[in-house]
Formats: sequence, C-alpha cells, structure tokens
Amino acid sequence: MKAATSTRRTAGATVSGAPSDEPALVALGRKSATRTQWQRVVHEVVTNRLALAGAIILIAAATVAILAPLLATHDPRDQSLLNRLSPPSSEYRLGTDELGRDEFSRLVWGARNSLFIGFAGTAGGLLLGTVIGLAAGFFGGWLDTIIMRLIDVMYAFPGILLAILIVAIVGPSITNLIVVLAIWGTPTLSRIVRSSVLMLKSEEFIHAATALGATRTRIMARHLLPNCVGPIIVYATLGLADALLTTAGLGFLGLGVQAPAPEWGTMLSVGRNYLREAPHLMVFPGLLILLTVISLNLIGDALRDALDPRTR
Amino acid sequence: MQRYILKRLSLAIPTILGAVTLVFFAMQLAPGDPASLFIPPDLPPADSAALEQRINEKYGFNDPLPAQYVRYLTNLATLDLGESLRQRTLVGDDLMDRLPYTLRLGVLALLVSAIIGIAIGVASAVFRGTWIDNILMFIALLGVSIPSYWLAFSLILLLSIQVNWLPPSGPAEDPYSWDGVKHLIMPVTVLALGSAGALARYTRASMLDVINRDFVRTARAKGLRERSVLMRHAFRNALVPVVTILGLNFGFVLSGAVIVETVFALPGIGRYLVDGVNGRDFPVVQATVLLIATGFVFGNLLTDILLAYLDPRIRFE
Repeated sequence: MKAATSTRRTAGATVSGAPSDEPALVALGRKSATRTQWQRVVHEVVTNRLALAGAIILIAAATVAILAPLLATHDPRDQSLLNRLSPPSSEYRLGTDELGRDEFSRLVWGARNSLFIGFAGTAGGLLLGTVIGLAAGFFGGWLDTIIMRLIDVMYAFPGILLAILIVAIVGPSITNLIVVLAIWGTPTLSRIVRSSVLMLKSEEFIHAATALGATRTRIMARHLLPNCVGPIIVYATLGLADALLTTAGLGFLGLGVQAPAPEWGTMLSVGRNYLREAPHLMVFPGLLILLTVISLNLIGDALRDALDPRTR
Repeated sequence: MQRYILKRLSLAIPTILGAVTLVFFAMQLAPGDPASLFIPPDLPPADSAALEQRINEKYGFNDPLPAQYVRYLTNLATLDLGESLRQRTLVGDDLMDRLPYTLRLGVLALLVSAIIGIAIGVASAVFRGTWIDNILMFIALLGVSIPSYWLAFSLILLLSIQVNWLPPSGPAEDPYSWDGVKHLIMPVTVLALGSAGALARYTRASMLDVINRDFVRTARAKGLRERSVLMRHAFRNALVPVVTILGLNFGFVLSGAVIVETVFALPGIGRYLVDGVNGRDFPVVQATVLLIATGFVFGNLLTDILLAYLDPRIRFE
C-alpha cells in the first residue's frame, strides 16, 4: 500500500489539477488525480480502527511466517511419543499433538505454509485474471465472447468444488495447491477487470490517447491498467481471505499440504480425532485461520468503502 | 416471459456441456494417463492390469482424443455414470440414494440463511451507524470468516460433548421425527451461517442503496408510516440483488455440504465426493462434481426466472 502510494505520487507530480469529485472507481489511479485519491484512500483505511486492527493482525501473521525459524521453540517435526497430546505447559507452550510434536512450533511454521500458499495462489489468479480481463474488455468481439463463456463454465463449479476436482486429478502438493488457487481465483478477477475496462473504454482520455497514436499495448498497460488497480486491490484482499479458507478446507479434506509438513488446515483435520482428549489441537489452528481471514475481510471492506463513491 | 425462459435455457445448456467438457480435459492433466485415475494405487498388479483393460474398453483411453470425447459424451448422455472402483456399485444409483440427505440439508440451510441473512441485513440498514448495526455486521463478518468445519467441531465440543444435548454426528434413523430434527440442527446451522453472513452484507448494501432514492423520500413525504415505507417501498426494491445472491448461495450450500457432511458423517453426495477423492475413486468424483455443477446451473436458471418475475424490466433487456 505504502509503496503503491509513493510511486503514484511521483507519477502524478508532473500532471495535476484534475477534478476530484468524479466517481472514485473510474478516477482511481488516473494520473492526474492519483495523488489525492491514493492519499485519501490510505487515510481512510488507516483512520478506520477496524481496518487498522486488521492490518496489524495481518502484519503480525506475516512476521511470524517470515521469522518462523527464530520463533519456533522446537523442530516442528520432532516427535516425542512420551509427551503425546499433552496440554499447554512451560516446555510446550501450546501443548503437543498426537505424535508429541510441539504445537506452538507447528503453528509458527504452519503460518509460513498457509500464508505462502494463499499469497502465491492469489497472486497467480490476480496476474491471470488481469491479463484475461484486460484482453476481453479491450478487444471485445469473439475473443470476449469465448473468454466470457469459458468463465461461465468455470463458475458452474461452485466454491471449493473446482479446487477439489483439480486436486483429485493432479494430486495434492504445495505447487499444485498454488496452481489450483490461481485457477480458482481467475474468473472473478477477470470479470472485475473486464467490467472496469468496459466502463473506461469510452472515456475521453482513452480516445485522446488513441488519437495521439498510442499503440494498443500502451493504452492497455499505461492507461487502462492503472485505472483498474482500485477494484483489483479490493478483490485481491477479499480473494486472499477466501483462498486461505479454501486452502484450509482442502487441508481438512485431506487434499491440502500433506503430513508431516505443518499447515493450519491439515492440523485442524488431525485435531478432530482428539476432540475429547486434546481440544487445544482444534482451538489454536482454527483461531489463527479465523483471525487472519477476519483481518483480511476488514481491510478489504475498508478499501472498498474508501474506493466506492456510493458509500460516501 | 416464455421467450425469456427459453433464452436463459439456451444459455444454461451450453454451460453444462462446457462443464462436462472441462472435466474431460481436466482428466488429461492426470500424471501418467487418464486411465491411471481409474485404478486405485494399492491394487495388486494382476487385478490392476485386468482393471486397466476394462477401463480402456469402457472409456477407450487408447483411442484418439476426439473418439474418447465422443464415447465420454455418449456414456453421460445415456446417464451411464460408471461403476465405483471401490464398491463395485453403479455411481448413478449411489447418487440417487444419497441425494435426499443433501437436499434436506441444503434446502433447510438455504431457508434458514435466507431468513437470518435478510433479517440481519435489513435491520442493520435501518439502524445504520448505531451499535445495533455494528454488532449485526460483526456477526455477519464472523459468519463469512469462520472456517465451517471449525465452527462445526466447536459446536460438537460444546453441545454434544460438554452437555449432551445434540447427537454429535451421523444420520437419524427416521429423518421426519424429533430425533431427525435434532440430528440436523448443528449441520444446518453451520451450513447456513456462512451464506447468511454474505447475504446480510449484501442485503444491507442493497437496502442502503435504495433507502436514499427519491421514491423512498416521496413515500415518507406523503406521510406513510415508517414501517410501510421500509417494507413496501424500500425492501421490495432492494430484493432484486438479494435474490441474485440467494441463487449464488445455492452453490455455496452445495459445496459447503461437502465439508459439513464430512464433519457430521451424513451420507449425502458431499460425503460421497470426499470418500471418492480419498479412495482415488475417480468415477465417483467425476459424477458427483458434474451432478453438483448441473444442479448449480439449474439453480441459477431458476433464480434468473424468479428475478424476471419479480422485476419485469429484466425480461425485456
């Protein structure tokens, strides 16, 4: 967010004085208006206490994922069969799992797996969706028709179903999970980018660029894409929340990260067998997933409110 | 209206055909060849060779791709969904046996989520900016953020293990009895909560959008009671996007059933799918996925028709 603001600022510094009361979704990122727009958006998100709380939780989770080797007190794969399913103690801060592995260390390393898969998958879907949506919206015609029909077909598989189908065929692994999440996120983002492009295409500044002889690639990359950044960021945030839930869901169904690698969803799925003896195996991974997803939803909501003129 | 229905139907059928085609080509992605999807890895080599021959006879995986595709379509068109590799039962029969469990669960969950979701959404729009709005929207946020299986296990821990009020899992002997109701309370709650949360958030946004329109102000200006303004003028117009989301929720309920049926050990099609995936029983996976996708497409078709009925403008677009 910060980086985006600063690059926009330098880009917008040379051109200024655009009206600031135009609809934010369209105006967002347009060079002339970017500076004020992005500053306002950042300001609104930061002053929204819930979103700020969300951002802090998310940064904390990311930090844990990055610093996993330093924070973990035990090797997440070290078994101690004498200490199976023990409750939280001074030796094992959050207790141990069914093989006597330290739950705290597994959660810390699990953050790395869960968040990495979610981030990478969402980024893949973002890239694919943006390219496809730009092409469909800009070129229109038969290309658009084919792409949109294909997306309709992908939408026929609701929720986690498409992911289950693909994993059932290619088998579960971290790489496959990332690919699956990327494919899974592509249709929604394509639709969003396409509708933004359709809205922008008839705007005067695009006609002006065409009249000035800008190539189609340049129009797409320099004029259309920056103006779609707002909705893309909003849906990437909300999509990441969904991706984390889907990864955990697949892990729960045994289609996620395979044991002994620690991942929150997979850990939850093991914990269910010890509901009576060791409820802590269910409680902690679930709480972490819930907190991360809530924080992403809070940030996404705040971004959308800041970017959507209707709620102001 | 008839023309509109025909037009929608003519869009739905290619989508289903596309979904069928997508599954066919997805099978080609299998490591090794598609035939390997139909052979459980733990089968003794002698059995597996015999099975491979049977599979190749049925699906013709040695034939050129177009011939395979035609055979695949023919099998599906004659409703021949194949045989389960594990149980040696007909997948079509299995699905019919299991469908009632999923339908009972899904329809109830959809109903509950519609009532709760719309009520919460309308209430928080009416009390916009107050603490009521804040609390209701926080509940809705929890609904969309909570992993459903985690909620399910928390409920089991609380209501079945701590206090013995509800049966932890499994189907009831007689679904249409008090015992049947008790067996469904937790699954329906878990399944409904996620879509209720999403619905509440959309309903609130849609109501807020409508409440500021001129015709609502006019309704107030002519002295109508607030209740009449909200319910007869605002809510009816806010309903159109809400029904769209309700149609999409049908899909979420179907895919959510996969997880909920697994948690609560209910023998529906979702559980069947998970067993199929874990047992590497691909005919089961393929047929279930296609059944759910078809159901979802027709669910959306019904939603579209309902929308056209609610809002005549849609018919003439």
